[in-house]
Amino acid sequence: MTRFLAARLLQAVIVLAVMSFAVYGLIGLMPGDPIDAMIAADPELTSEDTERLKALYGLDRPVWERYLAWAGHALGGDFGHSRIYHRPALDLLAERLPHTVLLMGLAFALSVAIALPAGIFAALKANRFGDYAVNFICFAGISTPPFWLAIMAMLLFSVTLGWLPATGYPAAGDAGWAERLRHLVLPVAVLGLLSAGGITRYVRASMREALRQDYVRTARAKGLSRAAVVRRHVLRNAMIPVVTILALDMGALFSGALITEIMFGYPGMGALIYNAVMANDYNLALIGLLFATFTTLAANIAADGAYVALDPRIAFRTGA
Amino acid sequence: MSPAALAWFRFRRHKAGFAGAVFLLLLAAAVWSAPLIEAALGVDAQTVDLFARYAPPSAGHLLGADDLGRDLLARLLRGGQVSLSVGLAAAFIAALIGTGLGLLAGYRGGAFDTALMRLTDGVIALPLLPLLIVLAAVDLGKLGLDDGTNASLFRVIAIVALVGWTTVARLVRAATLAARAQDYVRAARALGAGSGRIALRHILPNVASPILVATTLSVGNIILFESVLSFLGLGIQPPAASWGNMLAHAQETIWQAPRLAVWPGLLIFATVIAFNFLGDALQDALDPRS
Repeated sequence: MTRFLAARLLQAVIVLAVMSFAVYGLIGLMPGDPIDAMIAADPELTSEDTERLKALYGLDRPVWERYLAWAGHALGGDFGHSRIYHRPALDLLAERLPHTVLLMGLAFALSVAIALPAGIFAALKANRFGDYAVNFICFAGISTPPFWLAIMAMLLFSVTLGWLPATGYPAAGDAGWAERLRHLVLPVAVLGLLSAGGITRYVRASMREALRQDYVRTARAKGLSRAAVVRRHVLRNAMIPVVTILALDMGALFSGALITEIMFGYPGMGALIYNAVMANDYNLALIGLLFATFTTLAANIAADGAYVALDPRIAFRTGA
Repeated sequence: MSPAALAWFRFRRHKAGFAGAVFLLLLAAAVWSAPLIEAALGVDAQTVDLFARYAPPSAGHLLGADDLGRDLLARLLRGGQVSLSVGLAAAFIAALIGTGLGLLAGYRGGAFDTALMRLTDGVIALPLLPLLIVLAAVDLGKLGLDDGTNASLFRVIAIVALVGWTTVARLVRAATLAARAQDYVRAARALGAGSGRIALRHILPNVASPILVATTLSVGNIILFESVLSFLGLGIQPPAASWGNMLAHAQETIWQAPRLAVWPGLLIFATVIAFNFLGDALQDALDPRS
């Protein structure tokens, strides 16, 4: 167990290091750099000034040298300042994190609350009308552009019906819980409904696989009722791969959250990363992307752990 | 019945998949005859007419006009060309890369196989959208690449293919591993066939079905990714139309002309779901165990 975890953690550290260098290099390839912004702001800058500024910011050095300098500071806990907010990038991220956790958590809960019963129902009604109906709705869910569903939701609930606010989120202390909840309804519904489609299909496939097993026939043969077999035997076995898939899906959920946050003007991490990339805010974009990668890697390792914890038949093997 | 006839029979039985195939054929015919349709209706996708801003549907503009007075139907057709091209081209390239790497890894095994599987694990685990956004924002000029007229089109295709090959690579690797142990492969080797010939002539045809299914399913996903990137202003650049970038101002225009937000999205949705149903039907038709 310890060896297994150690191997996975080492792998995660390597992925993070490679990712940080790749992203660092890529951000350097985006249009404009901090000096360009200063030149635009101050027309009296001479070319000697720009050279001096470049040296001051270290932009005259090769990219790997700059990366190593950044990595050295980062390992010491200093991720630099945000260029657009003029504050430590880490503080900004920490400020936005709870919002994203709240959004993703509620959406995740909603999608599981829909997907589990729907997937189990479809598997038990295999190849009958109920199954086809659930399957069709799932395909619709995975085929809908997330940003478009957001627009359509705004069109219906904000523009036409006027029930809910279209965008924005009240700042802390500005509004009570009721007002915040009203702002959360549409983003959570859009993100949750869209991820429910894929998860339902996993639950259905996993249930059907478990229903085919010999132990199901044995349990029926020894006289257990169908309901008891499903509850005691099928569900337990079917949920093991589902838990893994849920954890592996975190990357997709984060991508969905990013779009949802941008669409609804929700002050989360995804929107922060997007704005940082668009505004060429090196430090902020880097730490945001690295944090997102770190979280998905952690979810992956958790998925492996959950797999073993839930299934006593599987033993840890290194290299597996 | 021959295997092909059996597959066709199974495919026909999958009603949603068959309907998807018919829809996609009609759509492809419509978008690639856009010049003819434009000529017949006397409209085109570029002409700006500020007197026709947000014009409702009429004889002159069958589906109305957009925020710059351009004909919505013509733009939907031109945008469809772009979205379909991106989806098909990127899926094809990703399938080529994935097939090559998967065959190599499955057939050769060893360190290359391990490295490739670790790499696909890594790519699959990444939060894709933020990374695609960074890739899409890269200034090609700084890489010394040409910023031609179709640069944004090729860039989107390249980016999506770059991250999209992993699914096919894993499938092909698994299928190759299974095929390698089969008697016909051992017989071919005993007859003196070289590795390259065995991989291409004996194993590849036997892993073709999963490749076809995975690639069909990926076209839908790629069209979704393209629409998201273009919507964010990072994909296909205006004035060229794509279904994604036609929705770029939809958040503002829904207050004046909801039509403009509804049509491109509906087409993306219908196209993606058609590809998904088609992939599902192909899976049923080509899987001998079903």
